Amino acid sequence: MSEMTVDSSKRRFLVAMSSTMGGVAALGAALPFVFSMNPSARALAAGAPVEVDLSKIEPGMKVDVEWRGKPVWVVHRTPEMLELLNKHVDQLTDPHSENTNQQPDYCKNPHRSIKPEYFVVVGICTHLGCSPTYRKEVAAADLGPDWPGGWFCPCHGSRFDMAARVFKGSPAPTNLVVPPHKYLSESKVLIGEDQDASA
Amino acid sequence: MEKLLNWVDARFPLTATWKAHLSEYYAPKNFNFWYYFGSLALLVLVIQIVTGIFLTMHYKPDAAQAFASVEYIMRDVPYGWLIRYAHSTGASAFFIVVYLHMFRALLYGSHRKPRELIWIFGVLIYLVLMAEAFFGYLLPWGQMSYWGAQVIVNLFAAIPIVGEDLSIWIRGDYVISDATLNRFFAFHVIALPLVLLGLVAAHIVALHEVGSNNPDGVEIKKHKDAQGRPLDGIPFHPYYTVKDILGVVVFLIVFSAILFFAPEMNGYFLEANNFIPADPLKTPEHIAPVWYFTPYYAILRAIPPMFGSQFPGVLAMGVAVLIFFLLPWLDRSPVKSIRYRGPKYKIALTLFVIAFIGLGILGILPATELYTWIARVLTVVYFAFFLLMPWYTKHDTYKQEPERVTEK
Repeated sequence: MSEMTVDSSKRRFLVAMSSTMGGVAALGAALPFVFSMNPSARALAAGAPVEVDLSKIEPGMKVDVEWRGKPVWVVHRTPEMLELLNKHVDQLTDPHSENTNQQPDYCKNPHRSIKPEYFVVVGICTHLGCSPTYRKEVAAADLGPDWPGGWFCPCHGSRFDMAARVFKGSPAPTNLVVPPHKYLSESKVLIGEDQDASA
Repeated sequence: MEKLLNWVDARFPLTATWKAHLSEYYAPKNFNFWYYFGSLALLVLVIQIVTGIFLTMHYKPDAAQAFASVEYIMRDVPYGWLIRYAHSTGASAFFIVVYLHMFRALLYGSHRKPRELIWIFGVLIYLVLMAEAFFGYLLPWGQMSYWGAQVIVNLFAAIPIVGEDLSIWIRGDYVISDATLNRFFAFHVIALPLVLLGLVAAHIVALHEVGSNNPDGVEIKKHKDAQGRPLDGIPFHPYYTVKDILGVVVFLIVFSAILFFAPEMNGYFLEANNFIPADPLKTPEHIAPVWYFTPYYAILRAIPPMFGSQFPGVLAMGVAVLIFFLLPWLDRSPVKSIRYRGPKYKIALTLFVIAFIGLGILGILPATELYTWIARVLTVVYFAFFLLMPWYTKHDTYKQEPERVTEK
């Protein structure tokens, strides 16, 4: 026994290897737990696209539908509303929808929609997730004589126009999000699925 | 009896533990009013655990049943109202006690060398406590529960690149939903309490290893008698256990007064909107967090969005909490206690307290332009307290601290 000396470099190697492998195994074992917190199959199914019949929406009116648990507004804009959209471009943070995260490419236009008169948007404020109030009346007493109609967030006072573009000076940093959507027919729109690139 | 104790001691260090942490743990003899809040925090922890256990016996962590089950506890369960209000009042009491406990450290330099780890464990406890309060507030599934959680989880969505996926992962859904409620329940009743208990144990073990600081900020271990006991120390038990019992009695009088006469504290402990069931399609008029989060909420709102993202505000809020960790290394004063510090630190600490309370008040109020500007000024003061500390503590005057503790 006295002849034998401890080969500490081998010992160190073994300790390092086994703790590394043990660490990898622990991380691997943690993954199922981490993934288990992702949306379940049921939650994913509940997030499926929603169909809306546009023919039932009167001009100037707004319909709320629920998609992925979020309120989605579908608005039938009148020609007067559309005309007003160009009047206050200089007061907007992002009038030309330059921020590409806020709408699909096919809605990057002055009215932020596929068809100008029908506007589809997620009704959640980009500031902290409240749901703004529909204030279509032009020059509403509490919103000032310049108010062109749009949405007002009751939580922190963000203002949006009739294309849900945010006014400068609002706490919300960006325009409201236009969800992916497509037309199934003249009067049917499907929210949650992108329009074909060819269309 | 003696024999039984010997039998146990041969198998478990019962007497040794009792001596090490109570009957022969020497604490400085000059503790004052500010030293009540450590033991009171422990008392509130016990209240929260006990009331929490009994609440889980009747509560249903299910989006369809949660709100009704809380009302059921309030109306139908015998003494359910008492247990529920004790738990909700306890949450606010916890933060009051912990904020005063932390302020004590700033007064007497309890976070300074060699007590940095005690302080770090303490800040971790504070963080876990905030998470615990946040998760717990969703459980009644009222409007404020729902929209408060919505706002806070969306803070994570503001993190560049990974934010959106991270927030979905936290919620387990695209919105706050049953999945979110269920997991928040799991975090609130088991995961975080386990972490909290571990941290509290570490906090106390670390404290008893180095020994308590005191209002003079001098080390009592420098002067010991022949038996190795600090000359300025007295055994924790019975001296401080008796003192702390007085604190407990006074605390329980105040606690009971709130519990029985104003459990909602006029909307500050339990917000009025939270007595309306959660409605994902309708945001309440005014969303404000519970009072103990409002200083950070005011900082969040004070920072304007930059580069089309509100991440800077979120970052500022996060840093405002995490910066407490650095405190032991930011303070360069040769003395610990405010009694021997110069005017610069006294002014800085006063301004910090004004900023913290001011931000807390602003966080409750709606954000008008004037209030936002005040919040911005106070946010600067808040951060200046920490970031300029190495400078103003180093260049401050100070009085020589005494060799031994003083009696007042």
